[in-house]
Amino acid sequence: MTSEELLQIAEASTAEHEQFDFQLNVCMGTGCMSQHSDKVKAALTEEVAKSGKHCHVRQTGCMGLCAAGPLVLVEPTETRYGNVHEADAKELVDSLGGKPLERLETHLDKYFQGQQHIVLENSGHIDPEKIDEYIGRDGYQALMTALTQMDPQTVIEQISKSGLRGRGGGGYPTGLKWGMVAKAGKGQKYVICNGDEGDPGAFMDRSVLESDPQRVIEGMAVAAYAVGASKGYVYVRAEYPLAISRLTASLREARRRGFLGSNICGTTFAFDIEIRLGAGAFVCGEETALIASIEGLRGQPRPRPPYPAVSGLWGCPTLINNVETFANIAPILRNGPQWYSSIGTERSKGTKVFALTGKIANTGLVEIPMGMTLREIIFEIGGGIPNGHTFKAVQTGGPSGGCLPEEHLDLSVSYDALISAGSMMGSGGMIVMDDTSCMVNVARFFMEFCMTESCGKCVPCRAGTAQMFDLLTKICDGEATHADLDLLIDLCDVVKNTSLCGLGMTAPNPVLSTLRYFKHEYLEHIDNKYCRAGVCACAGKAPAKEEVTA
Amino acid sequence: MSPAVDVKTLVIDGIDVSARADQTVLEVARENNIFIPTLCHLDGLSDVGACRLCLVEVKNSPKLFPACVLKVEEGMEVTTKSDRLLHYRQTILELLFAERNHVCSVCVTNNHCELQATAQSQGLTHVRLPYRSPRLGVDASNERFVADQNRCILCTRCVRVCDEIEGAHVWDVMGRGIDSMVITDLMQPWGESSCTRCGKCVNVCPTGALFDKTKVGSDHPKYPDFVPYLNMMREGR
Repeated sequence: MTSEELLQIAEASTAEHEQFDFQLNVCMGTGCMSQHSDKVKAALTEEVAKSGKHCHVRQTGCMGLCAAGPLVLVEPTETRYGNVHEADAKELVDSLGGKPLERLETHLDKYFQGQQHIVLENSGHIDPEKIDEYIGRDGYQALMTALTQMDPQTVIEQISKSGLRGRGGGGYPTGLKWGMVAKAGKGQKYVICNGDEGDPGAFMDRSVLESDPQRVIEGMAVAAYAVGASKGYVYVRAEYPLAISRLTASLREARRRGFLGSNICGTTFAFDIEIRLGAGAFVCGEETALIASIEGLRGQPRPRPPYPAVSGLWGCPTLINNVETFANIAPILRNGPQWYSSIGTERSKGTKVFALTGKIANTGLVEIPMGMTLREIIFEIGGGIPNGHTFKAVQTGGPSGGCLPEEHLDLSVSYDALISAGSMMGSGGMIVMDDTSCMVNVARFFMEFCMTESCGKCVPCRAGTAQMFDLLTKICDGEATHADLDLLIDLCDVVKNTSLCGLGMTAPNPVLSTLRYFKHEYLEHIDNKYCRAGVCACAGKAPAKEEVTA
Repeated sequence: MSPAVDVKTLVIDGIDVSARADQTVLEVARENNIFIPTLCHLDGLSDVGACRLCLVEVKNSPKLFPACVLKVEEGMEVTTKSDRLLHYRQTILELLFAERNHVCSVCVTNNHCELQATAQSQGLTHVRLPYRSPRLGVDASNERFVADQNRCILCTRCVRVCDEIEGAHVWDVMGRGIDSMVITDLMQPWGESSCTRCGKCVNVCPTGALFDKTKVGSDHPKYPDFVPYLNMMREGR
């Protein structure tokens, strides 16, 4: 493969699509598939054949607005249709070339305009299983440029300059991590892509793997070249069958086109990727537990240091990055680090994909530039709280994060701002809660999650989360005393500071953040046996008193 | 040319000490008669850093580090005793006592138990947490030994000694979180497992979870010191 050949493939792919008057992109992400978008696609294909219009129906990845699925995007008019069903196929095909079908249009311009797509730039625009469509949208140019025009050190410098930070939650500078692995000797090294997305309500990585898997493969290949690795693993949860099948197909395609294997892009660089499936353990998202799992051991973390960059998979230097981090690599190299660092805030560059869920009108996937306020994300892009309820809190960072109340809605989203407010960026789950949610119950839910997902290795996490869960249950049931609350706060401190890995260290965060902003709800449960949201079992035991709600 | 042995100097609890570069803070502290409580650590076995009792403070770091796996560094200043550390150690011990059924008065290892001794050394007088009192099984199928899950603290010494010293890897951990359990083979009864009956796991077990059937009453001292001796003999030193 040379850059001329790459260009030829891109041109051929574009020409193939330009011969059609219209492209009908049908979302075949997991969300829309659950609404039978496959049947919609079949119906559309049939209607197109009947109508004789010069039109192409294809499957694409996620278009973001999962709430309005199944989604259909008409190119080149860029008309978006939502809630499309089989029965609508004929009407939709007939409308092509004329006035758009008013009835099915999404009318959510705010949702799409407020976003800036870098990671998701191809999602909804290409068939994820066809590598040529990816190449047609500048795919593999970054790898070609890196291999033929840059030395590994330059690649790392470019990534460092872009200011990209790890998108898995920790926010460690990506360039720095790559540099550490690159400097760790000359022997065997590995690159691992962490796709063990386990936070409740988060589906960014799944969507990227389903919609644009080649982008992740290209990012990994660039990383492997930069750090000197010859072997890569993508660790995906087995709960993502569609992502796995698309990734498997994409790896085969990438090998066929010579972007994996030996003599990649006509150079001496050799690299290949294998898939490893997780067996449903949240803790395997922790890098040392993930490595143990790939090695075939029990998925539990080990103390760091040594960090994987020095001693990782089978004792070799290993680079581990999240799916979204790898998805950012190709655009950075293609457009230059200055372009990337011009987006975002002082210390958090670029964009971040969030999975908007909970009590919000536009459930789905959004990609926004760093620095946007929570209010803009929730009320403008997300469309606010449905059914006349009022906003209460937004939970970011999954079970490791925290709940932020209304007074923090003008907080701009960046790694540091979220941490100083008592939450964290996390991998990108964003759960919106309204006045029907009890914050003690929410804390209890996340504690139960951490308790069942604890690996059981270290004492504070194994026994501490169980004790904290029992205490929270006691509070929810209206049977707790102030001494129980003090004990809970003390346990939060102990578990946070003494646990072995990130799971235990951050497990108290949902409790701590709800205590910080919603302590009155805890006190109401204890003093008045009253749950203002009416969720907890104690609600019926004592009537609400006026001075409590005031 | 670099010297054959790299020596570091550091400060532990205000005392200047020297160490080989490959030593851990725990090793150096014990050489200098500085006591750091441990339960999962055992001389001669690999370290897992699981019990969190040996956590120490290192100057200029907000994090606490387990001394058993913390490698010495030049100029490091380590504090092994503070009110904060004592509180954490006591709470961790409380969590252990409340987790399963540790009733010293009916235990074969009463007065020979490391959990009991550690609690005494840390001045633990009572447990603030509610006892979880789980109903767990006792496996007496082995002709020589008994495994009582009620007294297990999941230190995994048995798992490591069986794998690393005996080379049989009969013991392993099953389940997750609070439901974790040490098991023999793939949860076969101990007596029907591939166990070699060497008894190493019984001698390294810090509590009465693994004990010898021939020991009666509460007279069951354990002798875990054979592990470093065996290692030394095998290395031919």
